[in-house]
Amino acid sequence: MNTLPQELRYTTTHEWVRIENDTATIGITEHAQSLLGDLVFVDLPTLKKGLAVGDDAAVVESVKAAADVYSPVDGEVIAVNTDLNDKPELINQEPYGAGWLFKVKLVGELPLSLLSAADYEAMLDEE
Amino acid sequence: MPFIPHTEDDVKTMLKTIGVKSTDDLFDEIPSNLRINDLNALDVGLNEMAMGRDMKDRAARDGGLACFLGAGAYEHHIPAAVWQITGRGEFLTAYTPYQAEASQGTLQLLYEYQTMMAHLMGLEVSNASLYDGASALAEAVLMAVRTNTAAKESRILIAGNLHPHYRQTIEALVRPQGILLETLPYNDKTGCLETQLPKIENGDIVAVVIAQPNFFGGIEEVDAITDWAHQHQALVIAVVNPIAMALLKEPGAWGQRGADIVCGEGQPLGIPLASGGPYFGFLCTKMDYVRQMPGRLIGRTVDQDGKPGFSLTLQAREQHIRRAKATSNICTNQGLAVTAATIYMSLLGASGLSDVAKASHANSKTLCAALTAIPGIRLRFNSPYFHEFVIECPCTADVLIQALLKKNILAGLDLSVLSPELDHCLLICVTETKTADDINAYVNAFLHALQNITSISTTVED
Amino acid sequence: MLIFEISAKGRRNHLQAPRLAPAATDIPAHLLRHKAPLFPEVSELQVVRHYTQLSRKNFSIDTQFYPLGSCTMKYNPRGVHQLASLEGFLQHHPLTPASHSQGYLQSAYELQQILSHITGLSAVSLTPMAGAQGEFAGVAMIRAYHLSRGDTARTEFLVPDAAHGTNPATAVMCGFRIKEIPTDKHGDVDLDALRAAVGPHTAGIMLTNPSTLGVFERRISEIAKIIHAAGGLLYYDGANLNAILGKCRPGDMGFDVMHINLHKTFATPHGGGGPGSGPVAANDRLKPFLPTPIVGYDGKQYRWLTTKDCPQSIGRLSAFMGNAGIILRANIYARLLGREGLCRVSEYATLNANYLMARLQQAGFTLAFPDRRASHEFIITFKKEAKTLGVSAKDIAKRLLDYGVHAPTTYFPLLVPECFLIEPTETESKEELDNFINILITILKEAKDSPDLVKQAPHNLPVRRLDDLKAAKELDLTWRE
Repeated sequence: MNTLPQELRYTTTHEWVRIENDTATIGITEHAQSLLGDLVFVDLPTLKKGLAVGDDAAVVESVKAAADVYSPVDGEVIAVNTDLNDKPELINQEPYGAGWLFKVKLVGELPLSLLSAADYEAMLDEE
Repeated sequence: MPFIPHTEDDVKTMLKTIGVKSTDDLFDEIPSNLRINDLNALDVGLNEMAMGRDMKDRAARDGGLACFLGAGAYEHHIPAAVWQITGRGEFLTAYTPYQAEASQGTLQLLYEYQTMMAHLMGLEVSNASLYDGASALAEAVLMAVRTNTAAKESRILIAGNLHPHYRQTIEALVRPQGILLETLPYNDKTGCLETQLPKIENGDIVAVVIAQPNFFGGIEEVDAITDWAHQHQALVIAVVNPIAMALLKEPGAWGQRGADIVCGEGQPLGIPLASGGPYFGFLCTKMDYVRQMPGRLIGRTVDQDGKPGFSLTLQAREQHIRRAKATSNICTNQGLAVTAATIYMSLLGASGLSDVAKASHANSKTLCAALTAIPGIRLRFNSPYFHEFVIECPCTADVLIQALLKKNILAGLDLSVLSPELDHCLLICVTETKTADDINAYVNAFLHALQNITSISTTVED
Repeated sequence: MLIFEISAKGRRNHLQAPRLAPAATDIPAHLLRHKAPLFPEVSELQVVRHYTQLSRKNFSIDTQFYPLGSCTMKYNPRGVHQLASLEGFLQHHPLTPASHSQGYLQSAYELQQILSHITGLSAVSLTPMAGAQGEFAGVAMIRAYHLSRGDTARTEFLVPDAAHGTNPATAVMCGFRIKEIPTDKHGDVDLDALRAAVGPHTAGIMLTNPSTLGVFERRISEIAKIIHAAGGLLYYDGANLNAILGKCRPGDMGFDVMHINLHKTFATPHGGGGPGSGPVAANDRLKPFLPTPIVGYDGKQYRWLTTKDCPQSIGRLSAFMGNAGIILRANIYARLLGREGLCRVSEYATLNANYLMARLQQAGFTLAFPDRRASHEFIITFKKEAKTLGVSAKDIAKRLLDYGVHAPTTYFPLLVPECFLIEPTETESKEELDNFINILITILKEAKDSPDLVKQAPHNLPVRRLDDLKAAKELDLTWRE
């Protein structure tokens, strides 16, 4: 797992968050995409939708599985990665880059439950 | 032992391998206070011969009527080949095609079914079937709610001249999800929906449900209603008779944009009346809405050598993957009935199906003309109809039905089932199966019954 | 080749359409169809040959051993099928007055009585058209019961994590939130977790017993006590009723309502994915809420009971009376077997399952629950083989097809990795079971000696492994010219 970007925060449900000022970019981890396999469809949230920590935010679907993506933060959806509509495989190819899912304008404090890269890696090792 | 192949030696060997003394020991994890030892309240078994006698007696009691009753289930000629092929063990005794490589027969057939059904309805996609027409409509309503997320409330407008059993079924199936069902009234003279459509606000309604033909057999002005619904951001759900669609405008061509979801009862396509089932429900839609569709879908793809093949696709919508978030809880559907329908549609072809529709229409016109020529009998609704019509009689419909039953004629449906004030109204269906002699026999029996009942002297007109 | 690809313009079957079909001149032109649908134009022989050839690409009970777990793929007796297809039954319109429906109504009424006795529940409605609709009926009845008492707080349904996917999907359709209950390492419901989960919001629980793990839930009476004490009710998923026929009854276990899969336990054909039939049975408490129509009998005549007779009913679930033809078949099957034959069903189904399980364990296969008795089905897991040989349960399933055996249920229940759920049913002979064992042993050897043979399977079928990714991404759901 030497590819795990150190600057990101993680969740126990395999989302990652990149915090830049008051904006959070959210995606699913390399580990999550490898469990799901080739993705065929992504259902993204609608713009301006308000999200609380743990809300269903998006759905990623492979041939044989579908997984909910839960919002790791509180805030409002300000952008979604529309490239994924035609190319869901971007998530498989670049989960931490071109495969991002949506951006949220943060409200309030970051939740304490977010994991550091080291904690997330430790959690994966336990599985 | 019926259907059990084990010899005594087999049982001994098997018990020894398992390491128990008797088959009873195999149930030792069931707490003893829950065990029962027999089913002795039931009868002893019959052999096939005795059962044959018994069932033939029962079948004889139910059969032998000339059927002029429709109301959602229609008698059509079924070519011999349909059920001879459908009844082959390889179709009859397979299950859901989970192992695609060992189910290419069923899978390809379902792909062909999806194709024919989508083309018949003038839409892009058909699923592989639902249970029946009424439950398919309930699924269509739920699908519309998932699809039309712009609507402010989950309100559905339902044609008041929809089959009452369909209305009752959707009430039962969608009510727990808090969906509001409201009625779009029909005109008392035409039996069709009012041409003056109600005022609604944009986004107030999720979908409008239209039946074509309606429960009275009447043909609706579908273009105007479809456009009106779309102007108000409501989806259009069409409930149609598939045979009628060989003659009437296909839902995909209704109005400017076409109906959004089309569903209905597939039974007329080669499925016998059989006391009400198994039939099958069909559901078609536009490609944009495919991910909100309930039920199984078959896709064409290739195998690892590039050879064409078929498999279940978009399974992530379904309960076995999506569990609590599935589009529906449906699992088993009506595969065998769809097998019959596919063979039926292949044998008839488009022109054959159109002929069935036209002949049914012509026969119903013939009977209607003869009946309404009788003084005191009038056509209840003055709209064009497909193969069912309503007459109003001087006596209650039930009296006539009972009288014609004595002549082995199933005269039609007493419309008091719909509302008590329609108790003098009889809904009659004539399909292509009826000959001129059958129709004459109906008219004569009807006249005879009327004379007995009303003592009104009537003169028979040629 | 598709039927559309053997079509030729202008070819048609004149024998199969009416001879006189005058144009419908009275219908306004704007309501008529102007473009014929794209149907094939083929001869009768072409149709017969095409679909006969397609049928030969299917595995089926009539042609292959089909140990698909939780599906009860037993022999579908031919006599039953023939007698349910008698002309008088086939031509019978569902809305025919009861006076001319006594043959069917009697058969349906008898089946209600038989099912009531077998399940230990007091009343039955036959109308649900498949297991999932039976589940809907049962859970909707529980909802209606709570609401009838003004108890509106019960918004949660409990579902074990081993449950079939229809269970949570159904509870959601009925407007409930789901709480998943974990399973302990012996395959039983985790009682501590259950006690922690119940409360004033609990509407009920959905359980299968024997469970989908192929074992009997031994503490069922205690579970019933916990749920009832919390004010909830118990729903029994009848998918595995074949295992306990005449041995114990869901009503005695404390269940309030259940469905029965006639296409499993009562040997009606599965038809390539249906029709099924899922009658629902209830105790006195839930009886008033059963879906309509139900068949009643006054000692002389059978008749339909409707919402007029049953004002608290959850209502109607189909246009007519559910899958009537399947109900007829189940009646005939049950009366052919009779009281002794029905008891033998569970005995021999359990004997076959335990024999297979014992022999496979001896042959080195890993059982998911080695210390448990199998019900009518059991689970083996290929977790070890997947790790050491790189051969998955899916690979082995596909290789089984090469040997002319349908694969067991794979990857279900979700709790057991790389699993097979194997249900041989009572109608398979010892020879067939021995053959299956030998094939599995052979495949395991192949997996060690030449793993690619297994990983690339099947080799002998009409197609090889299909590209599911292409199927999902480049959706091709209808043929176009």
